[in-house]
Amino acid sequence: VSQVPVLIPLSLLVSALLALLAGLRDPRWGHRISLAGASVSFLLALAGIRAVWGGGEALHYALGSWLPPAGIEFVLDSLAAYMTGLITFVGVVALVYAPRSLARETPGKEAFAYPAMVLLLTGLTGMCLTGDVFNLYVFLEIAALSAYALLAIGDRGAPVATFRYLLIGSLGGGFYLMGVAFLYFSTGTLNMADLQARLPDLVESRAVISAAAFIIVGLGVKMALFPLHFWLPDVYTNAPSAVAGLVAPIMTKVSAYAIIRIFLDVFPSGFLTEALPVASTVGWLSAGGIIFGSVLAVAQQDYRRMLAYSSVGQISYVGLGIGLANPVGMIGGLLHILNHALMKGCLFFIGGAVRYRAGVTRVPQMRGLGKAMPWTMAAFVVAALAMIGIPPTAGFFSKWYLLLGALQAGNWWWFAVIILSSLLTAVYFFRTVEMIYREPVEGAVAATVIMDSGDPGPRPGTGAAEVGDPPASMLIPILVLGVAILVAGLMNVVIVEALLERVVAPLGG
Amino acid sequence: MEFFLGRYSYIFIAVLVGIGVYGMMMKRNLLKKVIGMAIFQTAIYLLFIQGAKKTGASVPVYTPALGSEAGTYMNPLPQVLVLTAIVVGVAITGVAISLLAVIYRRFGTLDEAKILQQMRDPA
Repeated sequence: VSQVPVLIPLSLLVSALLALLAGLRDPRWGHRISLAGASVSFLLALAGIRAVWGGGEALHYALGSWLPPAGIEFVLDSLAAYMTGLITFVGVVALVYAPRSLARETPGKEAFAYPAMVLLLTGLTGMCLTGDVFNLYVFLEIAALSAYALLAIGDRGAPVATFRYLLIGSLGGGFYLMGVAFLYFSTGTLNMADLQARLPDLVESRAVISAAAFIIVGLGVKMALFPLHFWLPDVYTNAPSAVAGLVAPIMTKVSAYAIIRIFLDVFPSGFLTEALPVASTVGWLSAGGIIFGSVLAVAQQDYRRMLAYSSVGQISYVGLGIGLANPVGMIGGLLHILNHALMKGCLFFIGGAVRYRAGVTRVPQMRGLGKAMPWTMAAFVVAALAMIGIPPTAGFFSKWYLLLGALQAGNWWWFAVIILSSLLTAVYFFRTVEMIYREPVEGAVAATVIMDSGDPGPRPGTGAAEVGDPPASMLIPILVLGVAILVAGLMNVVIVEALLERVVAPLGG
Repeated sequence: MEFFLGRYSYIFIAVLVGIGVYGMMMKRNLLKKVIGMAIFQTAIYLLFIQGAKKTGASVPVYTPALGSEAGTYMNPLPQVLVLTAIVVGVAITGVAISLLAVIYRRFGTLDEAKILQQMRDPA
């Protein structure tokens, strides 16, 4: 059991390499190996969750038997278990979904897409498990590089959007690395636990303060914290659906996780709230991002672009949880990582399914699809309700915790922001739901297929005749995520009590 | 003056960071943005190397004559970190340049304004 922390990224890494070799001969084998690797890591992550469930000891693994703080340490505590469980779950679901969708949208590139997807999971799980700040940088770049490769295989504009993401992303990574350099030269260690033991003596040091600033700015860029979010909408809009459904739910969240980890487990408690007002800055920027993302999402006609702007708003909820810096608010932020990952994954997959069947990506063109794709659109309604935050879906509970946290902090502005953005979310999702369940105009779907020729994606051969629920390999992931939204909503108390309450303990009861 | 002499290497690093970020943000040609990124990354490597400087220390290989006092050896860890960071940087630059190859093939130019114009109204 003690090897679980290292086995999760390792099984992914090995299967990524094997999948590339096998995929060059036959992409189907590449897919099978990738899926197997992701499933194994998901099972391992479940074993990890079981080990720490309800107060179990965190698992430590010293790489190469070099004991920390000299060596690199992998730590699976309840926060890491929570995150890896989520990442590998979304990974498995996305890999099940991928083959049909990729074959339609980006034919001929599957052999490279599957290993890159698994490599992305390797990087993200590694970021969550490592107990070493430099190692976190390396995993961050592994995840980022595979994401660049994946996102660039989308539509015509995808390489340009991805290139801008790459510049911004490497700037963010660079700032993080500079922060690590300052930390290392002030303390002489890179191990997170060791840093936390040594930093309280150094809180006055200017090097440590600038280290904190560099690290938070760097990770803030990666997390798409407003106003550093501007790379995100283009990237998500142009990405292939399966990739968007993998990257959008977890990529920015893991950077948010890294901020939370640095915040809770590296810097001494109170340092980032009092000595350096990072928390409230992040909170105010997030409040801006929530409003900005929601308003722009209302203005979008393209389904994927609407989701992308909505992502800018939703990731800011996590930032708001950081900004509140009290246990209830932080739980809300952490819970929103899970909830939003499930919702956004589900919504992007639905967008891919619509594109696969009807060949359209714009909201007005989705008219009448409620009848044509009943199961898909049922899942859409669940996800939309969750995005708005209607109980008993998952989205309600994270917002509930955030509202409680804002109340506790006495911050009425943020309270109002959460309520207002829920209303805005309701506007853009009800508009879409209404469009979907409206009576289709005769032959409308077939007509839009021809009109929508600016989009280079392949067209379905027969238009309306082919419209219906997507094939099982695409429908099942959508339904699984739809059910997961409900389950996560009903289970939220269990999750909070067994895993998250201990995470936020450093913030005080 | 004394301030400058004591810290001139760090000031140079800060200037390099500035040049790199300026190139990444302000240059219209995408290839020049990549060059800016490389300068920015190099500045970070130099920061690590400079911070690990130790006057009068030996290479980090145990020598009986010098004994086991840690202060007489260089700390090899920052150099190792920089090696890792260089590997990462090379990978990023490689991906960036291959993206540029795709962009050039698709749009026929590396000028950002022209590309954005083409994306808005596809000919």
